[in-house]
Amino acid sequence: MSDFPDLNINTDLARQILTGFIRSEITRMGFTRAVINLSGGLDSALSLYLAAEALGPKNVLALRLPYKTSSPDSLEHAQMVIDDTGVQSLTLEITPMVDPLIAAFPDMPNLRKGNIMARMRMIVLYDQTAAFNGLAVGTGNKTEILLGYSTLYGDSACAINPIGDLYKTQARQLSRAVGVPSAIIDKPPSADLWIGQTDEGELGYTYAEVDRLLFLLVDERYTPEECIEAGFAAGFVNGVVERIRRNQFKRVLPPIAKLSNRTIGYDFLYLRDWGT
Amino acid sequence: MKLKIALAQISTRLGNVQLNLEKHLAYLGEAHSKGADLVVFPELSLTGYGLQDLTPAVACRPNADDPLFRPLLAASQQLDLVVGFVEEDVRNRFFISSAYLSRGQVLHVHRKVYLPTYGMFDEGRFFAWGDSVRAFDTRFGRMGMLICEDFWHASPSYLLWLDGADVMLFMSSSPSRGLGTAAQLGSARWVNHILRAYASQYTSFVLHTNRVGFEDGLNFWGGATVYDPNGDLLGEGPALEEALTLVNIDLNQLHRTRARLPLLRDERTALVQRELNRILSDSSNSSGR
Repeated sequence: MSDFPDLNINTDLARQILTGFIRSEITRMGFTRAVINLSGGLDSALSLYLAAEALGPKNVLALRLPYKTSSPDSLEHAQMVIDDTGVQSLTLEITPMVDPLIAAFPDMPNLRKGNIMARMRMIVLYDQTAAFNGLAVGTGNKTEILLGYSTLYGDSACAINPIGDLYKTQARQLSRAVGVPSAIIDKPPSADLWIGQTDEGELGYTYAEVDRLLFLLVDERYTPEECIEAGFAAGFVNGVVERIRRNQFKRVLPPIAKLSNRTIGYDFLYLRDWGT
Repeated sequence: MKLKIALAQISTRLGNVQLNLEKHLAYLGEAHSKGADLVVFPELSLTGYGLQDLTPAVACRPNADDPLFRPLLAASQQLDLVVGFVEEDVRNRFFISSAYLSRGQVLHVHRKVYLPTYGMFDEGRFFAWGDSVRAFDTRFGRMGMLICEDFWHASPSYLLWLDGADVMLFMSSSPSRGLGTAAQLGSARWVNHILRAYASQYTSFVLHTNRVGFEDGLNFWGGATVYDPNGDLLGEGPALEEALTLVNIDLNQLHRTRARLPLLRDERTALVQRELNRILSDSSNSSGR
């Protein structure tokens, strides 16, 4: 498999557009500030650097929300980002909020526990947006949105998402350009919901591989057959195609059953930026 | 004749025509103070682009009775201007239109004839299709206007050329897309390829104003440009930022370029008509129709 296609981007242009997007979409809603859940990983670090540049570091609040099993590296890496950008920060352990629910179901599998942690972080994030008078800036990249590799109403919840049209490898390239520390860029991506979890271990393929496939399927509109002809294994292609389809529900608002002549979502159509 | 063009690549408030009008008047004042003869605002400059169900609420009619057009017509006593708006016709159809105002009069209105309704675009759902492409006379010579998708197609600019337009005014709300490794976005690169090609092939002036700013996740790339009849870039606005870009053009360049390169003189319009009639009447061949 060659490196085709080339996913590299002009990072100056991306940075200019994405900081402009954050500034525009937050200020036109009547806010000047942003709150971001900082996991210690690359995506949230990138969103934070962009938000700090767009709004000024004093207008950005970074939250560190560890659970008792979270890797100490995650906390430390998040602190490096906070120190480097000069944003405001708050650290709050979610263990006492999460554990009572987990304790009620002794046989709870990791997936449910992970979802509870992700949703508890969302609750703290949205509470802090009210306390800090800011908007929640999202940290999901295009790869994880397409693969549905996120918790609905958990880590995917946000007011605006500056990095959702960047594949993971592109987010990594832009992270280098904006100055995210190399310790964060170079470590294996992980949701850090349980010990030893890594994205690539869980997904079963590397981001470098799947990003090239997604780029052909989505951006270049290749058919699955054409992707196989281009050199991707058939099982890999079909698995990814099915995964994209199965996770469409995470990418749309819940459908409303139509009864009237004018129904929200179908024929009541306004941009979010209506009037601003 | 020399002419100072001002390309006003503004950002707009979505559906707030009053604030957008105030911005137009401020830019017109600035352009006038800098000696501009003609100011060109982008597509839908009075309303914003992603209107959807706001379309009927922001529609107007371009005449002196209209509260939006009255101050613009007054401003046109000092300098000519092109403004973009939603036009409602007498039968209550809504068009994406641009009006050329001069000396208190509406000289010409162009209704967008190609409404992109594919991919990220949904214009055909909310707007009626314009039905004519006409050049018109101004105090600076004969001009023509096209709106965004109109000039992505080859035929409208060709019609303007044959109808006598020596200055083509193109207005856009073109969203940024196609980020790669190049310093210019794919959409900007594509548009400027064809603008340069039109200027060269029609040996005419081509002016383009594209808006900037954000609407939800979309952003508009700006980068207004002026090409002369040789296809040379005379001036360019910045990417992604609001700007009033002033460019001097010398209409005598038409004389010099066309003396060297008589493409207009040699254009075989009767042949075009004959072949077009044959192609369109050939019921056995449905390609390209």
